[in-house]
Amino acid sequence: MTIGFLILAIVTMAGVVAAMSMRHLIHCVLALTLGFAGLAMLYLQLEAQFVGLTQLLVYVGGVAILAVFAIMTTHSSEPVARPGTSYWLGGCVVATAVFILLAHAIEKSGVGARTMPAAPVGGVKEIGVALMSGYILPLEIVGLLLTAALVGAVVVATGEGSGKR
Amino acid sequence: MTRAVAVDQMFVTLNHALVAYVPAVWRPLASAVLGVVTVMVVFLTLFALTVLLERKGLGRMQNRYGPNRVGPWGILQPVADGIKAIIKEDVVPQSADHAVHFLAPVLIVVAAFLNYAVIPVGRGMALTDLNAGVLFFFAISSMVELGVFMAGWASRSKYSLFGAMRAIAQMISYEVPMLLAATATVMVAGTLSTTRIVEMQATYTGQIPHWFVLTPWGFTGFCLFMVAATAESNRSPFDLPEGESEIVAGYFIEYSGFKFALFFIGEYLGMMATSAMAITLFLGGWSAPLACLQWFPTWGWFFVKLVALLCGFIWMRGTLPRLRMDQLMNFSWKFLLPMTLVNLVATGLWRFLPVGWERWLICGALVVVPYALLGRSINWQGRKVAVRRYRYAE
Repeated sequence: MTIGFLILAIVTMAGVVAAMSMRHLIHCVLALTLGFAGLAMLYLQLEAQFVGLTQLLVYVGGVAILAVFAIMTTHSSEPVARPGTSYWLGGCVVATAVFILLAHAIEKSGVGARTMPAAPVGGVKEIGVALMSGYILPLEIVGLLLTAALVGAVVVATGEGSGKR
Repeated sequence: MTRAVAVDQMFVTLNHALVAYVPAVWRPLASAVLGVVTVMVVFLTLFALTVLLERKGLGRMQNRYGPNRVGPWGILQPVADGIKAIIKEDVVPQSADHAVHFLAPVLIVVAAFLNYAVIPVGRGMALTDLNAGVLFFFAISSMVELGVFMAGWASRSKYSLFGAMRAIAQMISYEVPMLLAATATVMVAGTLSTTRIVEMQATYTGQIPHWFVLTPWGFTGFCLFMVAATAESNRSPFDLPEGESEIVAGYFIEYSGFKFALFFIGEYLGMMATSAMAITLFLGGWSAPLACLQWFPTWGWFFVKLVALLCGFIWMRGTLPRLRMDQLMNFSWKFLLPMTLVNLVATGLWRFLPVGWERWLICGALVVVPYALLGRSINWQGRKVAVRRYRYAE
């Protein structure tokens, strides 16, 4: 475990925890974005360039922006009052119990004894070759679907243009 | 020839010589730091020169002098601007979200600088040679949108929020054609590495280089990419997010002093980075425009091309009026997007058709015919596109 991994792990965890605990919705989205970015850096640190950069492009550039835009257009973006719950003690007990149960089950199942397989090569070239040979049909179908969605959106937008806007 | 090579590689040699003074363990780190500092200094200097060039150029286009008081011919104007920005008071609105308000300009400038990590400035002069360099560029560029939103939202001002919404809507709309235009090059080059893409274009048939812009699909792709890049960097005629006649200054209206300067730097660095990417993808990167001009250093050619593109941006700003929001969206979704899709088809055909004049004819027709049809079929609010007649001005 290197120092770089530790820093990135702490940043990612901090971002995700802050996303769940902050009062302000926009702050939550920004913290979540930090978590996304930290995850992308972790991928990059594992030499998985394509996965890491796609994570950055899709989650930071797409999902986060979409969330932000949705909040801006719908929500008044004012902080909401914390829901007045008094069951936090019960919640803690249930969470701890579930954690102990799961940890016990995982420990018994012998997952830890498994040996790690050799790290797969996640280079751009390998992913490209795999996509264009083994997974050509799913790739083509997804490509067709996305292009159809894009063209369809444009066609819908073109139709309503006359008169009003 | 050897002397030309020495001049060409002088910065690489200098880097190696300087790094040799450092203990062997620290050499990779020292090399990286040296490269980063060089890129920052060079592009900040270029930023200052561009601002001066822009103010002078716009002045000439508008029949006035432009800055001419600070230093001889006003060349010290950027220094004066910098000092002014630093010593100004930093005013933060009382109701602003202080942390986010502070982080927004930082994020924008950091993202703008990160872009330069994959730009090959000369032969063997890219900071990193990532296998997915093009992907890296677009991933980092998409972070700018977040910075723009943070600035607009954290200021707690109506104008800045409007500006941010406009900016994000515009950037999302134009990111699609920009990516699709770049995809054409990636399809033909068969690699996402910026270094490899430039190397593929740096070969010659006779005197003519193999730049991608010299093919039908490449020319179309270059034009589409540059239009989308203009919109991505919020430059005129797509500068609605900061339209001063409507929303005063857009998303950075509540920023003053050095933070405002950071936005300014971020905008220009972004513009230079997208221009550099256009050069890398279509204009042959650091390669010379004719085989007989290869004696000129490769980094020299890169910066000549960069300044030429920046002059194009300035010219456009001095010439074209600002678009309306609906025109902006119409143009992106109804014209640019179909054109990029058609261009992708033309690129695929170019890749698999046999070399010869038939290839030029088919791909050229496939690009020109949709261009004419699409351009004529755009319904700009029921008005037909035609030459405008001025009743009293002619």
